[in-house]
Amino acid sequence: MSEEQHATLVAEQFDDQVQQYQAASLGMWVFLTTEVLFFGGLFASYTIYRYLHYPGFEIGSHHLEVLWGATNTAVLICSSLTMALAVRAAQLGKIKDLIGFLVVTLIFGLIFLFIKFAMEWRHEYLEGLAPGVNFTYAGPHAHQVEMFMIFYFVLTGLHALHMIVGCGIMTTLIILALRGAFSKGHYNAVEIAGLYWHFVDIVWIFLFPLLYLIGGRY
Amino acid sequence: MGTVTTTTLQQPQAEEYRVHYLNAKYGIKSWLLTTDHKRIAWLYLVSTTFFFVIGGVAAAMMRLNLVSPQGAIVQPETYNKLFTIHGTIMIFFFLAPAVPTVLGNFLIPMMIGARDVAFPRLNLLSWYIFITAGMIFIYSVIAGGVDTGWTFYTPLSTSYVNTHVISAAMAVFISGFSSILTGLNFVVTIHKMRAPGLTWFRLPLFIWSMYAASLIFILAMPVIAITMVLVMLERLFHVGIFDPALGGDPILFQHLFWFFGHPEVYILVLPAMGVISELIAAFSRRRVFGYGFVGFSSFAIAVLSFLVWGHHMFVSGQSVYAGIFFSAMSMAVAIPSAVKVFNWTATLYKGSVSYEAPMLYALGFIGLFTIGGLTGVFLASLGLDVFLHDTYFVIAHFHFIMVGGAVMGYMGGLHYWWPKMTGKLYPDYWARLAACIIFIGFVLTFGPQFILGFEGLPRRYAMYPPNFQFLNIMSSAGASILAVGYIMPLFYLVWSLKYGPEAGPNPWGAKGLEWETASPPPVHNFDKTPVVTEEAYAYGAHPAPVTTAAS
Repeated sequence: MSEEQHATLVAEQFDDQVQQYQAASLGMWVFLTTEVLFFGGLFASYTIYRYLHYPGFEIGSHHLEVLWGATNTAVLICSSLTMALAVRAAQLGKIKDLIGFLVVTLIFGLIFLFIKFAMEWRHEYLEGLAPGVNFTYAGPHAHQVEMFMIFYFVLTGLHALHMIVGCGIMTTLIILALRGAFSKGHYNAVEIAGLYWHFVDIVWIFLFPLLYLIGGRY
Repeated sequence: MGTVTTTTLQQPQAEEYRVHYLNAKYGIKSWLLTTDHKRIAWLYLVSTTFFFVIGGVAAAMMRLNLVSPQGAIVQPETYNKLFTIHGTIMIFFFLAPAVPTVLGNFLIPMMIGARDVAFPRLNLLSWYIFITAGMIFIYSVIAGGVDTGWTFYTPLSTSYVNTHVISAAMAVFISGFSSILTGLNFVVTIHKMRAPGLTWFRLPLFIWSMYAASLIFILAMPVIAITMVLVMLERLFHVGIFDPALGGDPILFQHLFWFFGHPEVYILVLPAMGVISELIAAFSRRRVFGYGFVGFSSFAIAVLSFLVWGHHMFVSGQSVYAGIFFSAMSMAVAIPSAVKVFNWTATLYKGSVSYEAPMLYALGFIGLFTIGGLTGVFLASLGLDVFLHDTYFVIAHFHFIMVGGAVMGYMGGLHYWWPKMTGKLYPDYWARLAACIIFIGFVLTFGPQFILGFEGLPRRYAMYPPNFQFLNIMSSAGASILAVGYIMPLFYLVWSLKYGPEAGPNPWGAKGLEWETASPPPVHNFDKTPVVTEEAYAYGAHPAPVTTAAS
């Protein structure tokens, strides 16, 4: 029986691998729906305050490191490509390629986090733009700029937290792949991790223009 | 009362030792590390009951205090903490999890003919997250309590009170993830794990309503989670998000809170409505009248629940046009709710109605929920709400929905499926007596509060003018009767665990896959994956009790 063959691969509550795969995939999509609402609450608040306090938000935005932000956008788009290639490699059963692409994706993720924290957050902290910790900006619309920076830190912080989780998932996948856990026709985990990774990337695609590109910069 | 005889007749294997989910493994580890949805349901049953007792004690102390216009036992500050503890615990740690995680966990896989939920380990994780959240809230209570009310309104919560808001907000934040993961698990389970032949329109209505409630879990809980993060940040760092003194906007908090808060109300009542559909069908031996309407009304309620949050903000400075919109949408919720009530009563018509304990709860639900729903229409009316807002009328209204509705449904469901969960029958006489006491106690507690509110007594005050004392004493007297009604099941249900007669697979002669397997069910629920060939509640198809035992 095929059930015997897949006994090690299919959890006991499922009838077969197809059902298991579909359940896992739907589960991730539902989880991402939750994530949309999780970020959605913040995006809605941000939008309302940006509408109410536009001048301060514009000034705040111009204090951000737009070049590093743009670099990070490019890094994440590249990581989405390598993630997609990793899934494709898994589909084709090319395990070496899979591991390679996962490692590259992980490296892109780490580069993103490095730029985010070491280049951007550190800089903004030193410039006195970190509300509640070190906020010394005293120019026009100081209160509104502070509010912009709060949303900047909460939004990018929450996104970075998701990136850290994503890097953890990548590391796990690499270890699993090295142990030979994936084969042609058995790569659910890679595909589902890919969904998560792409989602986190897409959140950034919205964050970058919303936070960095307010008003005419140049 | 033909139940006991049918049971004993169907029990040829009663004497021999049978392995089921309760005796398959022993020891504390076998419970705390279980991934069996039935055992996880027990974990939730014990823990939500624990929280119910704490929330109930807080309520009892409030009612005791309100016996005297000056406050009989506690200081006003303590009173504020009591209603915060009562509200937060009852909403987040009892009502929201009660029906979904106890009855839902136990029944969803059984009703759809599955061996378990789609993600059993995630299911256990949900419980640990829930317990972590609960313990953090208990910590905030022991450390000195919170006095913001369960709504955590800003800027009170972020700038003005000196109580343990951060730990309480953290508890709410964490508990949200427990609910999200439970909802996720149920949605996937219902989509992907149904037995062969079990199409969507053959599903029991409990599954439909659990699905609708799960959708609300998934869509509403993340919003309260992120809102609590913002509250904690504002309080920790004194940065302006919601506090107008710091440049924030308190109305935004109210929007975010009630965008979650109102759907939350339907999280509480939708699963109970599903229970009622099961009970009404089983005890009137008829297919639920208008099955499709009842099923889809759950989804209508779920969708509308996200479009009515502004009715909590009629007096908060919301635009009058927004007020008109939210007023109209809130009244629209009455339509799917009434669809359910009318279909339940139509099911009773010409049914063979019997009055076992679960049915008494179901009938109580219909009456009390109808009153709660109708007074909800009062409150949805823009002009009337300005008058009634933040009075005891509101308190009475939502307790009719949450206690008269959700808790009655939960108690009815617990009594209905108790024989399935434990394999034992409880004494029906005592259960019926408890149901009647709860009903009488409830009406006496909350009926007078409608009048108090209409006469202008505002909620959340520790003291009141002396002319309100008579009705307050009536309400407190009712609360003591209610307490007796809630304590009784603790005794006879625990008693039945040891001394109750064997229930047999189907003591009620009810339809549904869960009744086709043994009680208590085997570890994997069914010895053979069931194949479904008929619609739900096919009571007319055969004389009811005969068909069920055959597997």
